[in-house]
Amino acid sequence: MAEYQRLDVNEVGEVTVVRFRDQKIIEDINIQELGRELFRLVEVENRGKLLLNFSSVDFLSSAALGKLITLDKKVKTHGGELKLSNIRPEIHEVFVITKLDRLFDIKEDEADALAAF
Amino acid sequence: MSEDHWIWQCEHVIPSDTASGRRILGEVLGQLQSRHWRAHDVFGVHLAMEEALVNAIQHGNRFDEDKQVRIACRIAPELVHIEITDEGDGFDPTAVPDPTELTHLAAPGGRGVMLMKAFMTRVQYNASGNRVILEKERGDSRNP
Repeated sequence: MAEYQRLDVNEVGEVTVVRFRDQKIIEDINIQELGRELFRLVEVENRGKLLLNFSSVDFLSSAALGKLITLDKKVKTHGGELKLSNIRPEIHEVFVITKLDRLFDIKEDEADALAAF
Repeated sequence: MSEDHWIWQCEHVIPSDTASGRRILGEVLGQLQSRHWRAHDVFGVHLAMEEALVNAIQHGNRFDEDKQVRIACRIAPELVHIEITDEGDGFDPTAVPDPTELTHLAAPGGRGVMLMKAFMTRVQYNASGNRVILEKERGDSRNP
């Protein structure tokens, strides 16, 4: 498995569970690298079931949302599934305001998300 | 909207460099936190100011090293006021497509202005669109 700088990647059954090493996902360079690592999981490592656990994230900018949207498109193109979990209330509010809660499958916690695959 | 006596102010001119902008942002957030502004308000100011800075540096000044960004901040007991001015050509904020419309929902960008308006009490652009004023009233719960 590749080494990741911005992600902690683990397997739970068939699901790849990803946690973020950055508490605040805002730096341009970090967002670009984050995007590359997430896309690698889908396009190179062919992970079909991907869960992004946001428990360590307390802030993200709209640029990070853009990377998530692109990731979602790539997952769908590859016939996979993407779910998000453990999003803190303020960040969840951002998803609701931007109506991205309709685009992404967001679950309360990791257990709920894993059960939903 | 009331305006109390300003208890803290700063004014900086920075290069078109997001790291420089974030240092000022951190200074402002630290001031709010030291005055016990609630976490939701601080989050909103953080997000709005982050988006405004990126817009000024990336879209306004296009990361041009010869262009600068002026940041002026003032804090009153119940209000924070932030002005961010870039040296770009400006834009028409009313012409930004609604990112929540179905045709734009999956677009990777275009949400910054919307998020500023959602989390701040007031967002105002100058006529040319290269200066934005962000104001947040303390405890303004505009979102559930």
